[in-house]
Amino acid sequence: MYTAIGLGLIVIGAGIGIGSIGKGAMEAIGRQPEATSKIQTAMIIAAALIEGVALFAIVLAWLVA
Amino acid sequence: MAKILRVSYTVFLFFIVALASFAENENHDNSEMASEEESFDALGMIMHHISDSHYWHIISFEKKDGSHTEISLPLPVILLHDGTLSVFMSSEFHHGESVVKKGDSYFKLYHDKIYFTNSEGEIIKDEEGHPVNEKPLDFSITKNVASMWMSALIILGLFITAARKYKGSPSMPTGVQSFLEPLITFVRDDIVVEQLGEEKADKYMPYILTIFFFIWVNNLIGMVPVFPGGSNVSGNIAFTSILALFTLILTNINGSKTYWKHIFAPPGIPTPIKVMLVPIEIVSIFTKPFALMIRLFANITAGHIIILSLASLMFVMKTYYIAPLSVGLSLFMSMLELLVGLLQAYIFALLSALFIGMAVKEEH
Amino acid sequence: MDLLTPDPGLVFWTGITFLTLLFLLRKYAWRPILHALRVREHSIKNALASAEKIREEARNIEVLKKQTLEEAALQRDKIIAEARELKDKIIEEAKVSAQKEADKIIEKTRIQLEKEKREIVEQMKAQVAQLSVDIAGKLLREELSTTTKQKEIINRYLDDVSFN
Repeated sequence: MYTAIGLGLIVIGAGIGIGSIGKGAMEAIGRQPEATSKIQTAMIIAAALIEGVALFAIVLAWLVA
Repeated sequence: MAKILRVSYTVFLFFIVALASFAENENHDNSEMASEEESFDALGMIMHHISDSHYWHIISFEKKDGSHTEISLPLPVILLHDGTLSVFMSSEFHHGESVVKKGDSYFKLYHDKIYFTNSEGEIIKDEEGHPVNEKPLDFSITKNVASMWMSALIILGLFITAARKYKGSPSMPTGVQSFLEPLITFVRDDIVVEQLGEEKADKYMPYILTIFFFIWVNNLIGMVPVFPGGSNVSGNIAFTSILALFTLILTNINGSKTYWKHIFAPPGIPTPIKVMLVPIEIVSIFTKPFALMIRLFANITAGHIIILSLASLMFVMKTYYIAPLSVGLSLFMSMLELLVGLLQAYIFALLSALFIGMAVKEEH
Repeated sequence: MDLLTPDPGLVFWTGITFLTLLFLLRKYAWRPILHALRVREHSIKNALASAEKIREEARNIEVLKKQTLEEAALQRDKIIAEARELKDKIIEEAKVSAQKEADKIIEKTRIQLEKEKREIVEQMKAQVAQLSVDIAGKLLREELSTTTKQKEIINRYLDDVSFN
């Protein structure tokens, strides 16, 4: 049960993080449409790093469960 | 090319079916099966589907007399034990019913894993139900290995066919070449050259290109719902761990002086903080590829689990009315997973190129 | 946690497969493809550069052509103007000479006519004189009987003769 709560918290955190990256990227693309590809690459890298942290937490949650 | 592929696929299927008919296994009045029919074990089914197997499952159905029939392709088992190598087909296990004697050892298949047993084939379990028997070193050609070889052959076929078309003077791309060329130039320009720079790009280009297409094709084959596809290769931790290990090795054997200096003696940082920072930096050498490994594994496995869960909704709820929802949602998820398959291959290749690029960068 | 434990067999086979694939693709796919792409990009770049050069040359030729044409037109206009001038001059000269000739002819004709008229008058004078002599003779011969008759005759003859 605690694992499930933990997983939920992880998902909330990662969701907020990746969501704000997406928001920032959208705004940046809106301001500078010509830099779209560079912004997308940076966005994916940042999102992947956050996702990596979230996945660590998920793995740890599984391991201690 | 398309014709060759079609013909070879037909021939391949023919052989598979011919082979599989020998492996037909019938379970008459099996008590375990009977109880399973009463309450559908969704978790067990999902776990079975996403984990590796010594059989390449084709189809299972119930005959009119109620017997459960499973058609699957037996795969070679290669065991290393006591310094000897035993090679035999997995059909000898009869889906875990028979004990196989090789040399002085007895083996039994229990939940897709091979254990040493006594001559009776006894599996000793601890209080949680996990077997405590010793396991031999298992180098079998399992379902995942076979599926991986199939995707490797597909990649080789596609790219060598395309490469042959490049012979001669430069001309318009045609056929498979015009499909693959944008992908190759995408990986070359937007991943490798972008992260590594023009002069370093050539050295790592083959690695990044291979890793991208290997992961992508394996992801796509995992999404094929019928026989030769559907195996969870790229969602297996063993697969992702070895690829992440290659990236780790490549990153560190090519690390420049600057890279090592930033790890062991970060410039412009006071000593007390340095003491704290250096261990973190050393750990981060390993966490970066570890994240690569976990990311690919978790994304692909999660995709398989979600689709299988949606598909088993009908059996869990024991009603047909849920079927439209179940089919619709799993169709939607399958579409999404096709995108995720490409995205994860892209991210794995991009982050590998990024890590290598950060490591090989010289002092500016 | 079976899912999180890498199976050594699969690790081994994945490593072997990946390295073999890397080796084969590097030798038989990536190297030729990337090389061909580079060659093609170079050839496209060269083709574009030479096309640009050719276009530049064509532009130069165009300018040259225009220049030549303009010069030719100028030349032509000059020639035409000259020709027209020449023509006018010739016509003028022809006119002048024709006038002169005509005048000369007219003058000659007039002189001729004058001469002929004078000759005719001379002849008539001679004839009148002859006639007068003849008439006088006749008068003398026939009508010397009566003075009236004589006068009559003389008048009648004189009436017959008209001096035009």
